Amino acid sequence: MITKRIIPCLDVKDGRVVKGIRFKDLGDVSSPVTLAKYYSEAGADELVFYDITASFEGRKLFSDILRETASQVFIPLTVGGGINTVEDFDRVLKCGADKVSVNSGAIRNPSVVSEAAKLYGDQCVVLSVDVKRVDGSFHIFAKGGREDTGMEAIEWIRRCVGEGAGEVVVNSMDTDGVKQGFDLELLKKVTEAVHVPVIASGGAGGIEDFIELFQSIPEISAGLAASIFHFGEVTIADLKQELRENNIHVRL
Amino acid sequence: MIAILDYGVGNLFSLRCSLNSIGEEAFVTSDKEEIQKADKLILPGVGAFGDAIKKLEAAGLADLLREEAEKGKDILGICLGMQLLFEKSYEYGEHKGLGLLKGEIVPMEGSIPKDLPIPQIGWNSLRFTKPCSLFGHIREGDFVYFVHSYYADGCEESLAAVTEYGREMTAAVQNGNIMGCQFHPEKSGSVGLNILKAFCEGAVL
Repeated sequence: MITKRIIPCLDVKDGRVVKGIRFKDLGDVSSPVTLAKYYSEAGADELVFYDITASFEGRKLFSDILRETASQVFIPLTVGGGINTVEDFDRVLKCGADKVSVNSGAIRNPSVVSEAAKLYGDQCVVLSVDVKRVDGSFHIFAKGGREDTGMEAIEWIRRCVGEGAGEVVVNSMDTDGVKQGFDLELLKKVTEAVHVPVIASGGAGGIEDFIELFQSIPEISAGLAASIFHFGEVTIADLKQELRENNIHVRL
Repeated sequence: MIAILDYGVGNLFSLRCSLNSIGEEAFVTSDKEEIQKADKLILPGVGAFGDAIKKLEAAGLADLLREEAEKGKDILGICLGMQLLFEKSYEYGEHKGLGLLKGEIVPMEGSIPKDLPIPQIGWNSLRFTKPCSLFGHIREGDFVYFVHSYYADGCEESLAAVTEYGREMTAAVQNGNIMGCQFHPEKSGSVGLNILKAFCEGAVL
């Protein structure tokens, strides 16, 4: 039986991990390579690297980091941030990424999803969305959640999956950072609307939130989180152990 | 020396690095002579079957692979690379494969329960169905990483391991020197590296 995936997400700026990492047993904790190795050994099922650099130099550094990570860490690696064209796909895939996540780039130019899916296969194209409730409906936000596109979320997700997105990361802006649990209402709607794997993001505050997520929506394939892992509040080993004790199938 | 066949698809960088990490010399190539000189061949691949087989043929690698297989050289197909070893595929039409293994590639759609997402993406466990050169350093029940929407069917002759995703599905195959895994050993952590190690060592059954 397939296992539920636990995915730590690393924000990388100018070649360093941001969002305060606090591990006692790690030396250089802002090195993406060190952290990626640490998570891989701790049982992470996949890693997401999110490039929040804007400059050309930063982007080049990111490519170097990616190459170094991919040469040492042998679990799936998804890369997002600044992906707008198939050339961007090509750039990160050549550095060892397995999947590429596209968010604002798809909003600006929806055909990038189908073009990339045709070139690299559906499995390579991850649609990532930032969703927030506006006047009782779910809206897609662009530019890292700064801009309301006015688009209805479920409709947009369905459209992109139709164009070839092989996986969807759903980040709820309403629950993100609040640490009170995932946005079950939104996630349920998404799993009902599309037939590809759905990854939940935004809101994990502790182990019980992951248990609730997988128990109440069995169709969810994976849970993604950043700060609770980075701050050492939850270790991946403890999380997976407890998931297993709650009859949720995980890789241990 | 392991040759990783380059025909323009897939994450070859990770594959080469994973082999290097277990102390194997590996190189990425589409050069006929280099491929002939290599001790073993790996056929990688992601994307669509029809596209891939066209690219293999255009690069002159399809016939070369058949020749090398005939000579008895060990060949490992990974993911789409494994699927290409079979006779045909029904992915977006009907396409002829390399025909090195008996069986065909069919869609999951319609043959697994509707509540399971397609593609299968994630870690799933292996159940061995016969001894296989790839399993020397792993145990039954070990987890490996899968990404696929199609699977090999009618391949009882070569079937070596299955995984459970709504039904039993081909996970690994072997017929003499021709081997394949549907999952990605280069992305399956230490279990995957152990599978690659076993391939490189070349245990004779």
